[in-house]
Amino acid sequence: MSTVSPLLFLILIPLVAAVLVMLGGKSRTISLLASALNLILLLVLATKFRASEAGFQFVSSFPVVPQLGINFILGADGLSFVMLFLSTAVTLAAVAVARPPVENDRWFYISLLMISAGVIGAFASVDVFLFYMFHELALIPTFLLIGIWGSGDRQAAAWKATIYLATGSFVLLLGLIGLYLLQPLGDRSFDLRHIIQLAETGLIPDNPIVYLLLLFGFGTLVSLFPFHTWAPQAYASAPAPAAMLHAGVLKKFGLYGLIRICAPVFPESIQALLPLLLVLIVGNILYVGYVTIAQRKLDTMLGYSSVMHMGYIFLGFAALNVVSLTGASLMLLSHGLTVALLFALCGEIRERTGTLEFSELGGIARATPRLGLAFGFAAMASVGLPGFIGFASELMVFFGAFVGEPTQMRAQTQAVAEVFRFNSIQIVTICAVWGIVISAIYMLRAYRKIFMGPLPERWSRLPDLAGLPRVAVVLLIGVMLFFGFFPQLLVNLVTPALLQP
Amino acid sequence: MSTQIAPWIILFSPLVAAVLIFLIGRFSKTLSAGLAILSAATGCFLSWWLFRQTEVAPQLALEWLNFGPELTITIGITLDHLSKVMLLVVTTISTLVFIYSTGYMRDEEGYTRFFAGLSLFLFSMLGIVLADNFVMMFIFWELVGVSSYILIGHYYSKDSAADAGKQAFIVNRIGDFGFMLGILLLWSATGTVAFSGLLSAIPGFQGAPVYLTVACVLVFMGTVGKSAQMPLHVWLPNSMEGPTPVSSLLHAATMVAAGVYMLARIFPILEVVPDAREIIAWVGGITCFGAALMATQQNDIKRILAYSTISQLGYMVLGIGVAPTSSEAMFHLFTHACFKCLLFLAAGSVMIAMHHETDMWHMGGLRKKTPVTMICFIAGMLALSGCPFTSGYFSKDLIIEWAVVKTPFLGWLAAAAAGLTAFYIFREFFVVFFGKARSEHAEHAHEQPVSMLVPMLILAVPALFAGLPMIQEQFFTLSHPDANAVPHLLHPFLYAMFFGGAGLATLLYFKAEKDPVSIPLFANRLYIDDVYFWFVNKIQGGGSIALSWADRWVVDLVIVQVPSKLTWACGFALRFLQIGSIQAYAFFFGVGVVGLLYILLSK
Repeated sequence: MSTVSPLLFLILIPLVAAVLVMLGGKSRTISLLASALNLILLLVLATKFRASEAGFQFVSSFPVVPQLGINFILGADGLSFVMLFLSTAVTLAAVAVARPPVENDRWFYISLLMISAGVIGAFASVDVFLFYMFHELALIPTFLLIGIWGSGDRQAAAWKATIYLATGSFVLLLGLIGLYLLQPLGDRSFDLRHIIQLAETGLIPDNPIVYLLLLFGFGTLVSLFPFHTWAPQAYASAPAPAAMLHAGVLKKFGLYGLIRICAPVFPESIQALLPLLLVLIVGNILYVGYVTIAQRKLDTMLGYSSVMHMGYIFLGFAALNVVSLTGASLMLLSHGLTVALLFALCGEIRERTGTLEFSELGGIARATPRLGLAFGFAAMASVGLPGFIGFASELMVFFGAFVGEPTQMRAQTQAVAEVFRFNSIQIVTICAVWGIVISAIYMLRAYRKIFMGPLPERWSRLPDLAGLPRVAVVLLIGVMLFFGFFPQLLVNLVTPALLQP
Repeated sequence: MSTQIAPWIILFSPLVAAVLIFLIGRFSKTLSAGLAILSAATGCFLSWWLFRQTEVAPQLALEWLNFGPELTITIGITLDHLSKVMLLVVTTISTLVFIYSTGYMRDEEGYTRFFAGLSLFLFSMLGIVLADNFVMMFIFWELVGVSSYILIGHYYSKDSAADAGKQAFIVNRIGDFGFMLGILLLWSATGTVAFSGLLSAIPGFQGAPVYLTVACVLVFMGTVGKSAQMPLHVWLPNSMEGPTPVSSLLHAATMVAAGVYMLARIFPILEVVPDAREIIAWVGGITCFGAALMATQQNDIKRILAYSTISQLGYMVLGIGVAPTSSEAMFHLFTHACFKCLLFLAAGSVMIAMHHETDMWHMGGLRKKTPVTMICFIAGMLALSGCPFTSGYFSKDLIIEWAVVKTPFLGWLAAAAAGLTAFYIFREFFVVFFGKARSEHAEHAHEQPVSMLVPMLILAVPALFAGLPMIQEQFFTLSHPDANAVPHLLHPFLYAMFFGGAGLATLLYFKAEKDPVSIPLFANRLYIDDVYFWFVNKIQGGGSIALSWADRWVVDLVIVQVPSKLTWACGFALRFLQIGSIQAYAFFFGVGVVGLLYILLSK
């Protein structure tokens, strides 16, 4: 195809901005303008997007290594569109709340812009190889942000994250190569459409080993239990915009990959290895959930809570039916927005008080009512309160997972289950529903410890949320509420992408 | 005005008010209160209008989620007799409480926040009342939870208030856990969450009674949380930390009534699962007796009423469990809403007179200082204690009659609880209004402004008379058990309970300077709160700290160390294979690649 996909501009704008910053432009202004422009461009594209059509739109393709079937293919369907929206929205919010460091602020913003370009590229890629490369492109500046501009034991956290994520990426690469080799000789390609088409016609064997490589590769990137210990530490050390971009957007790459690639290609393996995945999901939700309760610091608590919430998305993936997969996809968006907001506010608190220990904080809603209100919204969104998009997606995951029988919804019959027995995925769903209690416990406790109670003298003159960060926070809350009231808009967008051949 | 539009206006006007107050309320206190009262009054007016309409047009529904026939969730309206009556109760009580609040909160902080919260609360409750499907009910159920969190924690700078709000939310969520599972079970069997669809699917359950029973009991867990049944009742007395109008609203018309209303809504389903109703009856019966025991030894004027609410909710739940229709429980909900709201408003009036003192042993002799309040309190008290011919007498006795017929043990337990009820409320009455003033504040107490007294006086009327047959017939079609089936001893026993309880309280407390009775078991709420405290701190807290430690030092270590040790071991083993020739390496490399390919391609 000769036309250039408009999606290319989404990737180029942050890259060009990064170059301008490097050449000495005003770093904060340029970054803000670029990310705002990107969001506007995406919204313009959204009006041109034909939601009812399955398949990728805005497609353009340039050969890279045609011998190996690697092409630079850009395109978006409903699911990738949602992810692109998440990427651009969170980028703008992250840049808006960023507090430029005293030294090297230029490189700080360049790193942010590179992450943005990387994630947008990954979600706009139709070619699996490019998809992988863009993700790596986004990872490197993340490590830099943590290691250089982080707080606390930042070096150790950055190293740990690097080791885990590099190993995960390596396993993932093996899996992708395996996926390539599974294809019939002479007809191999990294084009996702091609791969899915082959899988549809049964030309790709449903190989459990490749599935496992992909599961653990993608899984480690998403902090699948027990490969999650890097996450809380990394998020605790990362500067707020880095935590927002990684936990909110970049981390979703793994789940996006699972939904995109594994669900259509390896349904039988997923089914056969379901018990393993279910055990890990329980680890993610219950085990990590209780670990979250024990945290005594806001940043590690948020880190663990974001690990816990990944369990729901994995559950939606594991159940493999339209409702659960839609729920999982929506949760990519809802969790991304929520956790970005939480990390933004966490950064605002750290900026003001210099500490995030629950024992040292308390009562600051009286000094900073807007911050308190915003955190209240964020906490409620995070515990899945109706009205926020998180509730709708959680509900879809629960409903989808509870029917228990993958691939298609159970045919409804009037004769109810002759024998009353839960199958394994239903039991895991029950554990997941218990998760709503766990998340209420830790979130409300955090809110109680930080914002409620008597206001100590030393916090009585904290400045309230204001300026650009305030605008960003209001926008994030607005988006979560809007889609919480009208989730069907997203369902209409995402479902064709999940059903497409 | 059509019957299609009116319910939507009733439902959404409080939300509009809440949003407006949130956005522009800070400019004017009067504006915030005015918006809230206007929305509630609109709802009240339309509810009475709707109640008088006999013809109801088919209701509209908005699509919220749609996955085709297997899963469609709407936001729709049910308008039947049940919801119409409930609308009356909710909107009328709310309007009165909103008006009262303008007086009560006049000097309090967070005035606008308070009215925004009240409006949100009303919106959430109305959503439950009007819901036409389980998911919509769950949505508003959760919203009630969050609005109560906001309102109970209104004085959030106070540790106790902040803790109480949090506890209410979390305990309610435990109930919601069961509620959600129940909804999932029902849906996965029938493919629908709509009440009407579920009803028509009931015959399909004939081969699987256990399934339906389990589902219903799980759904009932939602009631146990929201309507504060044992053992999830602990949040409700602590919710007294909120401003008194909140307590009044929460305990009378909104929130706690939601659980009973939900049971009434699904009553046709419960009817076919006697086992589930048996469980419901026992939970209700034990709660009504246990909470009454705890109420006898409390010293905080609001806490006594709180335990009383739990106990009265126990009666309603018992009524669902034993009565042939849901009307009997709803009738008690209706009368209770009037008299309990009244009692709370009176208690609030006393508190304001006492400068927020709530320990009743610091009061005394208020009958001369606050006569109107006392008269209102008496009206509520008589109704609550089941004084003959007041509203509570009719509604409570009806439930006890049915309980005695169906499950005699529970019936007599509930009858005994009636005696306790009379005892604890007369105890409170005498200690607060009689005897000598026992503190400085009690000496200088004064009566409250009209905005507070008028709602109380209005409520006193239904509290006393709403039970009279000519009035109850307007709202309910009640069924009475066969006169021969009811033991002849029951009614004399109930009279004896009322006069005995009231008489004993008069003897002990008429001029008491301090409590002549001390029963630590009751005063300490049967130690249930302490068990929870121990569990949350030691078991859950300790367990999660242990897990957290393990996560930091064990999981991490295993994941990182095992592969690195393995690599090292492999390296060590491979040294034996180092034979120093390029060909050998190439050979092993080739074996590796072939092996990998074999694994990948074999199938």
